[in-house]
Amino acid sequence: MKTYLLPSLKLTAVLIILCSVLYPLLIAGIAKTAPGQGKGVTLSLNGKVVGYENIGQKFTKDEYFWSRPSAVDYNAAGSGGSNKGPYAPDFLASVKARIDTFLVHNPGVTKEQIPVDLVTASGSGLDPDISIEGARIQVQRIARKRNKNEKDLFDLIDKTKEKPLLGFLGPEKVNVLKLNIALEGLPK
Amino acid sequence: MNTELLGVVATFIITLAIGIPLGKYISKVFKGEKTILDFMAPLERFIFRICGIDPTKEMNWKQHVAALLSLNLLWFVYAFVMFLFQGSLFLNPDGNPSMSPHLSFNTAASFLVNCNLQDYSGETGVTYLTQLAVLMFLHFVSAATGIAALVVVFKAMREKVTDKLGNFFEIFVKSITRILLPISLVIALLLVFHGTPASFDGKDQLITMQGDTAHISRGPAAGMIAIKHLGTNGGGWFGANSAHPLENPDYFTNMVEVIAQVIIPVALIFALGHYLSRKRLAWVIFGVMTIGVLIFLYPALHAEIKGNPAIAQMGPSSSGGNMEGKEVRFGAPASAYWCILTTVISTGSVNSMHDSFMPVSGCMQLLGMMTNCFYGGNGVGILNYYIFLIIAVFISGLMVGRTPEFLGRKIEAKEMKIATIIALLHPLLILAFTALASFGLVRDPSLPWLNNPGYHGFSEMLYQYTSCSANNGSGFEGLGDNTPFWNITAGFVMLLGRFLPIIGPIAIAGILAQKKYIPESSGTLRTDTGTFGLMTYAVIMIVAALAFFPALTLGPLAEYFSRH
Amino acid sequence: MTSERKKAKTMKLFEGGLVKEALKHAFVKLDPRIMVRNPVMFTVEIGTAVMLLVIVGILFTHTHDQGSLGYNIFIFVVLLLTLLFANFAEAIAEARGKAQAESLRKTREETPAKLIAPVGELRVDEIQVVSSSSLKKGDVFLCETGDIIPTDGEIIEGLATIDESAITGESAPVIREAGGDKSSVTGGTKVLSDRIKVKVTTEPGESFLDKMIALVEGASRQKTPNEIALTILLAAFTLVFIIVCVTLKPFADYAKTPITIAALISLFVCLIPTTIGGLLSAIGIAGMDRALRANVITKSGKAVETAGDIDVLLLDKTGTITIGNRKATNFYPSNGVNAEVFQERAVLASLADETPEGKSIVELAKTLGGKTQASDTLLAEARFVKFTAETRSSGIDMKNGTRIRKGAFDSIRNISEKAGNAFPEETVIKVKEISSNGGTPLVVSENEKVIGVIELQDIIKPGISERFERLRKMGVKTVMVTGDNPLTAKFIAEKAGVDDYIAEAKPEDKMNYIKKEQISGKLVAMMGDGTNDAPALAQADVGVAMNSGTQAAKEAGNMVDLDNDPTKLIEIVEIGKQLLITRGTLTTFSIANDVAKYFAIVPALFIASIPALQHLNIMNLKSPESAILSAVIFNAIIIPILIPLALRGVEYKPIGASALLRRNLLIYGLGGILVPFIGIKIIDLFIGMFF
Repeated sequence: MKTYLLPSLKLTAVLIILCSVLYPLLIAGIAKTAPGQGKGVTLSLNGKVVGYENIGQKFTKDEYFWSRPSAVDYNAAGSGGSNKGPYAPDFLASVKARIDTFLVHNPGVTKEQIPVDLVTASGSGLDPDISIEGARIQVQRIARKRNKNEKDLFDLIDKTKEKPLLGFLGPEKVNVLKLNIALEGLPK
Repeated sequence: MNTELLGVVATFIITLAIGIPLGKYISKVFKGEKTILDFMAPLERFIFRICGIDPTKEMNWKQHVAALLSLNLLWFVYAFVMFLFQGSLFLNPDGNPSMSPHLSFNTAASFLVNCNLQDYSGETGVTYLTQLAVLMFLHFVSAATGIAALVVVFKAMREKVTDKLGNFFEIFVKSITRILLPISLVIALLLVFHGTPASFDGKDQLITMQGDTAHISRGPAAGMIAIKHLGTNGGGWFGANSAHPLENPDYFTNMVEVIAQVIIPVALIFALGHYLSRKRLAWVIFGVMTIGVLIFLYPALHAEIKGNPAIAQMGPSSSGGNMEGKEVRFGAPASAYWCILTTVISTGSVNSMHDSFMPVSGCMQLLGMMTNCFYGGNGVGILNYYIFLIIAVFISGLMVGRTPEFLGRKIEAKEMKIATIIALLHPLLILAFTALASFGLVRDPSLPWLNNPGYHGFSEMLYQYTSCSANNGSGFEGLGDNTPFWNITAGFVMLLGRFLPIIGPIAIAGILAQKKYIPESSGTLRTDTGTFGLMTYAVIMIVAALAFFPALTLGPLAEYFSRH
Repeated sequence: MTSERKKAKTMKLFEGGLVKEALKHAFVKLDPRIMVRNPVMFTVEIGTAVMLLVIVGILFTHTHDQGSLGYNIFIFVVLLLTLLFANFAEAIAEARGKAQAESLRKTREETPAKLIAPVGELRVDEIQVVSSSSLKKGDVFLCETGDIIPTDGEIIEGLATIDESAITGESAPVIREAGGDKSSVTGGTKVLSDRIKVKVTTEPGESFLDKMIALVEGASRQKTPNEIALTILLAAFTLVFIIVCVTLKPFADYAKTPITIAALISLFVCLIPTTIGGLLSAIGIAGMDRALRANVITKSGKAVETAGDIDVLLLDKTGTITIGNRKATNFYPSNGVNAEVFQERAVLASLADETPEGKSIVELAKTLGGKTQASDTLLAEARFVKFTAETRSSGIDMKNGTRIRKGAFDSIRNISEKAGNAFPEETVIKVKEISSNGGTPLVVSENEKVIGVIELQDIIKPGISERFERLRKMGVKTVMVTGDNPLTAKFIAEKAGVDDYIAEAKPEDKMNYIKKEQISGKLVAMMGDGTNDAPALAQADVGVAMNSGTQAAKEAGNMVDLDNDPTKLIEIVEIGKQLLITRGTLTTFSIANDVAKYFAIVPALFIASIPALQHLNIMNLKSPESAILSAVIFNAIIIPILIPLALRGVEYKPIGASALLRRNLLIYGLGGILVPFIGIKIIDLFIGMFF
């Protein structure tokens, strides 16, 4: 083994330069030409950056489309999920609480209508999306709160929703931040 | 078929479509034939020259092992020291602290062995320096170590009697320059153009629409995310790993990442076929592995799509599937597919939280790691499979009335001894240490280890050691594992679970290569038939899975049945 | 065949006397010092001992957390039975092998021997009658008509007809004589005529038979490399399940499920491969026993295993592929010679010819209905000319001066040309034609004039080409060795269906052929008898010496065939394969059994505290106790049930390796999974009446 230690040491040094210095620098360089210059794509409202396209943020006020529950309270500096087992009593209790909260804020919605993503926490705690169902179920509440026509809101969801990849791969979804920005943009 | 299942099927088909030609390419690289990346040759020559390595000097199997261990020993010391002092070193814009000695030990071991269990959180536990110069570096070299070890075994499986099996350093360096680095670059750029950050800027701060203050972690993540998958490493930039929307921004990147992690293991199977001119054997191995994966995948897909009956009882429609711990942009099917792939392969990166999967899926994830040879990690997957192959050859050789032989070499007591030790090691490590942890909890039920009570809590402990021994790195992350007990025991399990299963197959292949080559006759048991494939599958399931039946009964199975 | 030998050969599987002895040995073998040689069963013994302690503990403390006393005693008894069954399997195999060998040995024990005592430097025929057991290597003894040969030896003087039926079962007497390759005699055989002096070649107790008996008895039985490898695998399985069971205790503690020691040990014993572990040595002994039954004495167990691996088989043409010697098949008179006359001349020339060829000419004439009996007066006054190497012809000189000769083509041509007679062209053509058809031409002349040709043909044994086909399917290449010329050899090789041939073979040709095949990685078997075969026999991976062969040949080979039957090699290959297959299939069966046993015991362990696991009780066993008992009982009784299979061996079918694997996987793999489900359920139905 001794005969191999010296070449191993040199090789380690060379490879650190190759893999840990040159490789990321090259990517960072090319990333300057990418959307967001490799720093993440931000979204603005009225000229002010209000968030990152991909990072979900907390929406709990009734006039906004709500995001999914988050185990880390949308702390984008400490992502994570609840890591609760599917039958853990405390987990089921918190789901129950979320259902109750939702029903209180959305009168007229039955508990059977609530899509499951609105009462479960995402894996990252930063899920930027909700299901189409998850958006539509909130329309009644927002329309009432904002004095809007429900149909306009449904149209807004249809316009903002993202189709599956290439139209046939993966789920349909809607980005909550984009939806809310669009919501703000609706004529008063 | 709905778009979500279609996405899963498409992902698998693309994997195969890339894997076959890539396998041929890898074989050519190590045969020294012409390839499109020959322009790397001057760089390689330069590396060998300044490192004082003569790439033409061939080694026997023992020398290969010595070279492999020399490199790994150095990296381990290097990583350990870096973590211990990272807080006071440069490239630390977020001001993250140094690690405790036991966490340093655990993390160094974890990344050295291609396991990437993370007892720290990505955003706060490491600095940009250690992310790049230690973690990402280890991503490359640990993957290359696995590939190189396998290539040594390839060389030993050729028909000639020899103890000259190529030069380890040459194989190792080429694994990086010809395979890992170029492909990682492509993947990283795909990610960057879909929103993954790659700049060296630190945390961002902003006011959200609702008026909350948000801190957003960023960093040069794309390069690391590429190699963490390609190298079947799994240790991500952010705490939430590939569930994090910057690490895995959309369905496209999700496909890229799940293909990237399985592509080299799949390609290596076909590389074996091409390298040894035994295409049929490669297809049989691929078939067995694929069936193995599908048998784990189906129940998981089914359970996740069906959703959580306990939630359905409370009202909400379960049409979205089991969404706790999952991201809407991937959905339940793609998350289930990922969770099985990442556990059969030793990647262990997650795009959803395994702890929150249904018990059946959790059971399949565990089985994926317990068998640990369906596709498997870079190089090591086939090495593990090789061990089972030897055992299968032995039993079926007897069943047809011939002293067992594999690829023209007789399997005798010495090879069986090594093979059985390696096959034994995995259940030994997993069961013994889970027993130790269970014992600890029985003695002191107040230990703050488990995030979930009862059977699921047991699954968390079982999962942790299974993941460590399989060098997987995923976790039932509810486990409070950043304690001296977990860091140190897990560290040892990872180290043992890595190096013995690499040395064993090299030793067997090396010993076999020196034996007389017996040409095949009509009485020889062919190892490239469906029947033999079935036999291998049975051996894997009986040796690797059956030993865990009682443990699984007390974990996921008890959890499942208590609700059904 | 002596009744002793016949009885031994047709012995029932479980002969009363043997069973009794085996039962006794089953208990003797419980000695841990003996058990430790079998790691699987040794752990069962430890488990049984622990159960005994538990019972004692219950008796003294009267606690009930380990289950009822009766239940614990029941488990203990079943475990003890498991051990006894396994020991019995080994013991019965040993007993059978021993009985087989004893029956051979008895024939030669304590016969009086006429020792020729050396007096001074000279050996005079001073004969002492001593016991055969006192004969030492180098002694010389005398055997006369009616004597039983006291021990193995080599004839140094004389010739005798010997009845070897005591050993071989073949009733036709054989001739043995000093010098040459037929000089060996075996103890226990009987001299029918003449007298011979025999030199003892082995020390008492060191004959092949003695060695074989020792092998079967187990004292000197060494594990073969293959057995060692399998033992390692089985030990590994045992270790895995030790880990499984030991760690189950803390797991269960965590789940707050108490597990009794009896349940834990039962689970362990059921999971480890006790079936194959208990039968492994019986299988090995039975393999040697089967060889012995085929009248083959093996010098080691390894030789039998190696036989199963043979790639190339060297076979002598004569006796193996063709029946004994050539036979006359046709008379071809020359032009102008009357067929009947020619036939008569041919018979006359052969009447005094005692060789099989000569006899066959007379026989052929008889079947063709010609005149075969010359008048006695004619013969009485005739002079027979014997075959000599010089003239290479034989014949008869009659009183009336007629000289008839028959011989090889060139020798008769010499005779006729010397006398100035032309050799007819059509005879030359006929001779060539016969040769190219694999026959041997014998030319007949009368008064130095050629009158015709007799065709001699090798008669290929009926069914031999099917046997070669069978060998080919096994992956064994057959090579015919013959002294014939290449043309004849090729014809016979093709007709018999062998893969290759060595023509005009000299002893060193065999040796070279073997070496050539071995260099390319093949395993070669051959059979031989002569001293000049000895190097090749030693070189071959499996060398079978004929018992009638020389001592040197017997020493060089690793098996001795008592029947001197060249086709025996084929049987030996099958015995070797059978041995390996039996091991492989029973290993598979044993391990496949675990699935059902898991489903019986694991739910039973936890059902009390986790009722939900009732779903795992897919056999719907009545209670946890009955489930555990059923599993251990099944585990125990499967051993005696499989003893007949272990002793007889799993049948080998030459259907190609992959097809054979498929077949055996289906029977012993799938069967191994299903059978215990059924068996355990049935036992549970029965036990359920009590528990």
